[in-house]
Parts: sequence; C-alpha cells; structure tokens
Amino acid sequence: MPGSALHLAVELDGDGAHPAAWRRAAHSPDQLLTPHRVAHVAAVAENAGFTLITLDDGVLPPGASPDPVGRIGAVERAAFVAASTSTIGIAPVVPVTYAEPFHVAGQLASLDHLSAGRAGWVVAEEDRPAAARAWGRPPVGDATARARESRDGVTVARALWDSWEDDAVIRSVATSRYLDRDRLHYIDFTGETYAVKGPAIVPRPPQGQLVVLGHPDAVPAALLDVALVAGRDRATVAAAASAAGTPLVFAEVEVALDTPDATGAERLADLERHAPWADRGRLRHTGPASRLAALLDELSTVVDGVRLHPLVLDEDLPVLSRLVLPALTERRLVARPLPGTSLRSALGLQRPASRYTVAATQEEAR
Amino acid sequence: MTRTDPLDVPRPHARLHLGVFFQGVNHWTVWSAPESGSQIDPASFRRVARTAERGLFDAFFLGEGLRLREVDGRIHDLDVAGRPDALTQLAALAAVTRRIGLVSTSNATFNEPADLARRLSGLDLLSAGRAGWNVVTTDNAWTGANFRRGGYLDHADRYRRAEEFLTVARALWDGWEDGAVAGSAGAPAWSAPTAVRQVRHRGPQFDIDLAPTLPRSAQGHPVIFQAGDSGEGRDFAARNADVIFSAHGSDFDDALAFAEDIRRRLRAVGRPDDDLRILPGTEIILGATEAEALEKKRWIRLQQVTPATALGIAGLLWGIDLADHDADGPLPKEDPVITDNDGSFGARRIADPRAVVAEWRAKAAAHGWSLRETVIALGPQRGHVGTPSALANKFAHFVRHGAIDGFNITPYLIPHGLDDIVDLLVPELQERGVYRTEYTGTTLRSHLGLREPLTHRSAAHRQQAG
Repeated sequence: MPGSALHLAVELDGDGAHPAAWRRAAHSPDQLLTPHRVAHVAAVAENAGFTLITLDDGVLPPGASPDPVGRIGAVERAAFVAASTSTIGIAPVVPVTYAEPFHVAGQLASLDHLSAGRAGWVVAEEDRPAAARAWGRPPVGDATARARESRDGVTVARALWDSWEDDAVIRSVATSRYLDRDRLHYIDFTGETYAVKGPAIVPRPPQGQLVVLGHPDAVPAALLDVALVAGRDRATVAAAASAAGTPLVFAEVEVALDTPDATGAERLADLERHAPWADRGRLRHTGPASRLAALLDELSTVVDGVRLHPLVLDEDLPVLSRLVLPALTERRLVARPLPGTSLRSALGLQRPASRYTVAATQEEAR
Repeated sequence: MTRTDPLDVPRPHARLHLGVFFQGVNHWTVWSAPESGSQIDPASFRRVARTAERGLFDAFFLGEGLRLREVDGRIHDLDVAGRPDALTQLAALAAVTRRIGLVSTSNATFNEPADLARRLSGLDLLSAGRAGWNVVTTDNAWTGANFRRGGYLDHADRYRRAEEFLTVARALWDGWEDGAVAGSAGAPAWSAPTAVRQVRHRGPQFDIDLAPTLPRSAQGHPVIFQAGDSGEGRDFAARNADVIFSAHGSDFDDALAFAEDIRRRLRAVGRPDDDLRILPGTEIILGATEAEALEKKRWIRLQQVTPATALGIAGLLWGIDLADHDADGPLPKEDPVITDNDGSFGARRIADPRAVVAEWRAKAAAHGWSLRETVIALGPQRGHVGTPSALANKFAHFVRHGAIDGFNITPYLIPHGLDDIVDLLVPELQERGVYRTEYTGTTLRSHLGLREPLTHRSAAHRQQAG
C-alpha cells in the first residue's frame, strides 16, 4: 500500500507533450535549443516543487520529415540541468535498443556524480526501422527483441554500477596503492547479442544504483525501481499498478489546464488544427487546476507518484506551479525534495549495497 | 631593427593559447599529497575549469579510457583512476562557465556517428559554440570486450574509420542550413521544409541513413583536436584537425621541427600552413627562484614515481614482473623480454626495449642511480620548470618563432594545480604581450583564431587562403 505522499514528476522535452506545442510557446522556435531555455524550464519545475524531471529522447528527430524539430540529447541536457539546479531529480530517457550499454552506464553514472545523487534513467525503446538505419545496425525487429535489448542493457548498467565497490579508492600512501583492486569487479556479462567485460570506468554512483524507470511491459519488473503505467481511467491505472511488481508505480497523466487566457479545451482545440495529440492510452485531464488536484488526490490511493505530460510547457507549468502544487503541498499530499537528499531518498528508496560487497560480506560471515 | 629587438622574430604578434588537461588517469597526477582532491567530485572539475577561465584559457580538456588499465591481467592499482564520461561532465560545466572551450576526448572506434556527432552538437549548443572533439582511436580487442561490436579493428583501419567518421559527422553538422529554424511561433513550420538534408552514407565503415537532429552552433562545427604522432597520425591531422595536441613542447628544436613538419603536411593537402594550432601537452612547475622550482620538481617526481610505480614502469620496459625487486637498489640484472602490446596499459609501444635498457644501464652506472632515480631521470620529460618570469620569456620565444601555438597544461595536483600558473605565470605572459588580457570572442573557434570549418570554405577561398 503506497504511503500518503504522492511523488510528482514532469516531462519537459521540447515545448510540451503536444506535437504542435511550439505554436503556443512563449518563445520563438529558434530559442528552443539555447542554454537559457534548457535551464529556465528546469528551474521553473524545481521551484514549483516537483520531485523529478524527465527528458524524452531518441536518435530520430521528434518532428516528422519534412518538418523536423531539433532536440539536444537528453543526457547532455540532463547534465546541463543538473549543474544549474540543486534539489530536483533528473532522469533522461535513454533507449538501449542500439546504444552501447557500456557508454550509457558510464554517462548515467557520471550524471549521478555531477548531480550529487539526483539522477534517474527512463528506459525506452527505439521502435522505428529508421532508428536502425541511423545507427547503421541491423534492425531489432519485434517487441520481443526490443525487450531483450532493454533487459540486457539495464542488466549490464546495473552490474557496472556495482562493479566499483563504494570504498574502492583507498589512497593507501603506505603501500602506494590508489585503488584496492579486490574491490573492483569484472561483470563478465554474456547475453544473446553481445558481451561486456567491465569493470566500469566511472566509480560507483553516489546513489549506488540510479533510479530506473520504465514501462513494465518493456522491461522486467525486477530491473525497475519505478513502473510507469498508463490507463485511460483510474480503475485501469489501479489494475496496472497492482500488477506492476516494482517498488514504486507512477501513473502517466496528460494535462491541458485552464489558464487565465483560455481553457484547456480551447488551447487543445487550437493545437489540434495543426496536428493530432496521439492517444497513448493515458489518463488525460483537460480543465481547471482544482479538478487536477482532486484527480491526483484520488490517484494517490492507487499509485506512488504521477508523471505529468503538460500540453504546452510555457502555459501549463505556470498553472501547475501557482495552483496545483501549492494546493497539494498544503494538504501534505506532496512534498518538495529536501536540499542535499538523493533522488532515491526523496522517493523513499533504500540505497543498495553493491552486489559484490554483499557477496564478500556473506563470504566472510560463512 | 637590431638583433636585440624583441620583435625581430618570425611572428612578433603571436599569442600563446593555453588549455588545461584534467587527466584522471596515469601517474602524473599526485594523489598522495594532503592537498590532493577528489578525482570524481564535480567540485574538482568546476574548480579547475573556473580557474582556467579566470586565467583566460582557450580550453578545458578531458581524456577518455574505455577500459581500466591492467598489468599482467590485473587492474593497475597504483595511479589515479575512475573518471566521469567526458561529454557528460562537459555538458555540466557548460552551465557554470561562460567562455572557456570544452573539449571531449571521444573514441571513433567504439562510437557511432549518429550518437556521438549528435552528443557533440548538443554540447556545442549548450555551451553556445565552445565544444571541441579530440578524436582518438583504438585498435585492440582488449578494449572491445566492453562493447557490442567487440573484437578488433586493424591498426591500419583505425584512421580510416576515424576519417570516415569525421566525414559523416561533418555532414550531420552541416545537415541544417543556417536559418533553418523558424524565428516566430507564427511560422508555417518549425523548420523550413527543405532546409534539413537527410544524410546517406555508404562506405567501408558506415552504412547509414539518418536525419540530422540539430542546427549548427555559433562556431559552425565543434573544433577538432587530434593527438596522433606517427606519420599517419600527422597526415590525418593535416587533413582533418584544427588543433594538434602534440608531445613536442619541451625542447625548442624538437618543437620547431615538429611544427615545420606539420606546416609542410598542411601545404601538401592544400591548407594554409597557419590553419592548425599546435598545443603540446606539458607540465609546468613554478618556483619563486630557479632553485625552489627545481626542488619542487624533485618533490613532485618522488610523489609521482613511488617505489612501486618505479617498479611498474620498469616492469613494462623489461616485459617482466619486477614487483619483488628493490626500487632503491640497482637496475634489474635480467634481460628484457619482448612482449606483444595488447593495449591493456595504453597505446605505449617501446620500439626497442633492449636498446632502452642498455641506455638506462649505462646512465645509471655513470651517475650511480638507483632504479627509481633512473626511472625519474630518464622517464618521459614533458615539462617546463622555472620562475614565472623565466618561463614567460621562454614561452614567448617558442611562440614567436613558430615552434608552438601554446600548451595544454597537465596539472600535477587536482583541483588547485592550476592556481599558481594563473596567478603568477599568466600576468608575466600578459606583460610580454604574448597573452590575451580578455576574451574577445565567445566561441572556442574564435579563441583559437581558427578559420571557419573545413567544409564551409569554398574551393576558391581554399585556394586563395593557401
């Protein structure tokens, strides 16, 4: 049974969740890819009191040809945002369908170091054949094969994060040794499509293991800290949540809020003239802030957190910041992360010991 | 002008360019001193980058390793190790610096263009035109054991792949026409329909077809660094690089010969011979007097080359495990054994170990050196030692004679190893007119005084410039 607190995450890619969101943005398109914009949106989310930012990504541009939208890699944006924020968690979306797990694990471990333990990872898939052509690799064709690549990629990353025990750097001046090599471990992973030797290049992340989020139908529950579940109504979400089998469950919720200038419905209708907002089977709230607060209150009985997907960041984030989060905070339904705490501890997750430290301790106890 | 006129030199107005290389791996970084800070704490990286920026450096530079170094199949435990992914760390530094260039060492063998070119573009945009890429290659299966592609890229193919990689990366970086992105939310589309070109490339190394995801940055392309020293590496640099991170910066004649060789190779490929900056890696040890600087060097060498490190370095030369020997005793009596280099301790290849050992023995005998003293005296000497004033004179001479364009400085202490260089040496250089007194541009390309990216120059311009 989830506790009383509801953890709030927000997806901040581009100008919002709607493909035409840029048409209602408060800036011109050529300002989207500037450092100022990337830092600004994250600062708004941090100040609003969100626990976690996610940043969508993939090798292909988000807009369809011949009208592509530019997108800076999520890991680079996350690192930049980590250096310009202080308490909020940051989880880039990183698919491992084609990427090198050794690189991905190192990038994410680095993100955890440079954010002082505020990093997470949203595991995703590259499901379009064009992604294979972009990578120059044979296509990973079906859902089973993609799930295999995600499973193996997360397995490798988690093993690499453990491959340096926390105390591997000993700086023993008397013996001239900087490292205790017995506290560094080859992971010797062999999967169906590749093998990885290890150990990692990057020392163990401050959190030990980053918070791993993903869809339970695409990544085995045992590899996830947080399941992201869809469902068009509360009952479907509740069913998905109880079936997830992960330490935490977050519901995916799309929001188009009423603003002082226009209702959510009016803003959505305006954007729908240009492109449809694809139905991903998620809860969708269109309307006033108060009703969203009530919905989140209800959801808090079936999930541990919610990831919001705002229609237009520049329009919906201010409403979330001014009306929704304060209302929930007053009711002690959500709490802003405390300065100096890791993402794991903000989410109430334990910091795991390295599997190799555990093994060594068990060996000694025998 | 008389011969004593300081401006009676080939390049009277040349300026020195400085970079700092936060090494992260190898025995040159002293970890045993009480002042030695963390190699992974983000504060260490911020401190060094901001000190370099305060000193008006051109660039902050990070290295890369893709497997922890080993000796005889065991992880090497004597030196600093464990560092962040370079590009990720630099993207964070982009948020807390304003002018300094951010250069990532990234491997062309174990990366793919769609991913790496895009990551570099992202860094370039997040830093508003301050990104650089030090292109390195790997040719061993030992490193490949950490990657999907695994296996082995033949030594001869490593530069072929790197060059093909660069061709694809440049096409991606040029994929968006300038002004491709709409300037107002009222535009018919986010990007102009014909302004983004699909990149299709089919070659021996890459067969790809993709849409570039990002427009160009304020500097056009990331600045390309290269460090290979073989003839093949130098030719690769002459064809592709903007900056060479060389190993020829300690001895004036050696540096000048290297620079002349690079200029000849540049002309041979039709580039102007001032199209490339030569920044040798160097250690700089300062003292208030010459004697104090030399004493400091002695102390640093003893920290860097501990008895165990001396035995390790000698063991690599001899090709045998010398861990049981006494570093403070005489050189090993054994003959060196020629072994294959599998890459597990870096790319270092000793061409003729027997000849090197013979030289070590002769010099050790002549000076009465122990093994450790021999390693310290005869190991690689990449440094300048002296007072700030003497070194400023020396560097002015180097740069005004075209032997170098600057240095990539490797601090022996993290995070404070750059402090005295910025506080004491930089003002001396400024006083001599060989160093900037403020940043005049905002991009790395501009700091280095480089021309526009190679692919942006018209054929006519290239001819004219040459």
